[in-house]
Amino acid sequence: MNVRQFMRVRADMPPGHVRTPAYLRGKVGWVERQLGPSPNPEALAYGRQGDALPLMRLRFTMAEVWGADALHPDDTIDAEIYAHWLEPAEAPHAP
Amino acid sequence: MPHDHHDHLSPSGHPYRPDDDHPLTYWQQMEIAVRELLIEKGVTSAAEINAQIDAMDARSPSNGASVVAKAWTDPAFRDALLADASAATRDMGFDIGPMKLIALENTSDVHNVVVCTLCSCYPRNLLGLPPDWYKSRAYRSRTVKEPRKVLAEFGVDLPATTQVRVHDSTADMRYVVIPARPSGTDGWDAGKLATLVTRDSMIGTGLAKAPDIT
Repeated sequence: MNVRQFMRVRADMPPGHVRTPAYLRGKVGWVERQLGPSPNPEALAYGRQGDALPLMRLRFTMAEVWGADALHPDDTIDAEIYAHWLEPAEAPHAP
Repeated sequence: MPHDHHDHLSPSGHPYRPDDDHPLTYWQQMEIAVRELLIEKGVTSAAEINAQIDAMDARSPSNGASVVAKAWTDPAFRDALLADASAATRDMGFDIGPMKLIALENTSDVHNVVVCTLCSCYPRNLLGLPPDWYKSRAYRSRTVKEPRKVLAEFGVDLPATTQVRVHDSTADMRYVVIPARPSGTDGWDAGKLATLVTRDSMIGTGLAKAPDIT
């Protein structure tokens, strides 16, 4: 997962302590920067050893996140997402 | 008649406010129980806990203001701050603990604003405790959806040519905004510049103060 590569956030709704915001699930963004491996909070929250997973910052356009409701489509939202939440995707728009 | 109920007024003439007393919540009880057990078992001590509270209370936005002012006046430091804000602030002498920090630079083209939609992640180890509004449901939900409206309510009106970048602090990183240096400050040293840097300007909900209104 290289910088500027497009990734889709999985559209799943699993139970438990998840640090992937619901409003970004199913949305496509591009990798803004890699942050290196980080323990999985979904395990840490329950006192288990968290596997170190690649963590990265993804950048999404307001157009991608909010669709026609986006007030300023070219403004952006960045969020940190763990690798197991991401799958490669096609560009929905130019970064 | 408005003044019939004198017994409800304090000697100052204002109504008494109800005491802010309520039973402990479940999680408040849990925190006290865990803390007392940790002390009882010798894992930590009341003195260590008090020292940590004092250390956090001693942190304030003035720490961040001196970081920003140094970035404005020292190009090598500014580059180091953007590359690795944790290392750069530690090198300045700030004890930020294990915090992983990213600095976001505002320019004439880009305005950054920080929010934590999931809870209240904030660069406490540099700036101290967050303002109450930062933890409010309104700020957390609206900033990702209509950031320019939120900014306008803080008095920040941005031209359409400026891109707004919202940063949702969802996981391990914490964020500090480097506001744009105000015009009219040529020749100012870092100490004087730091007086222009507000807490809100480092969250992105404000701008650095103009020199004529300090």
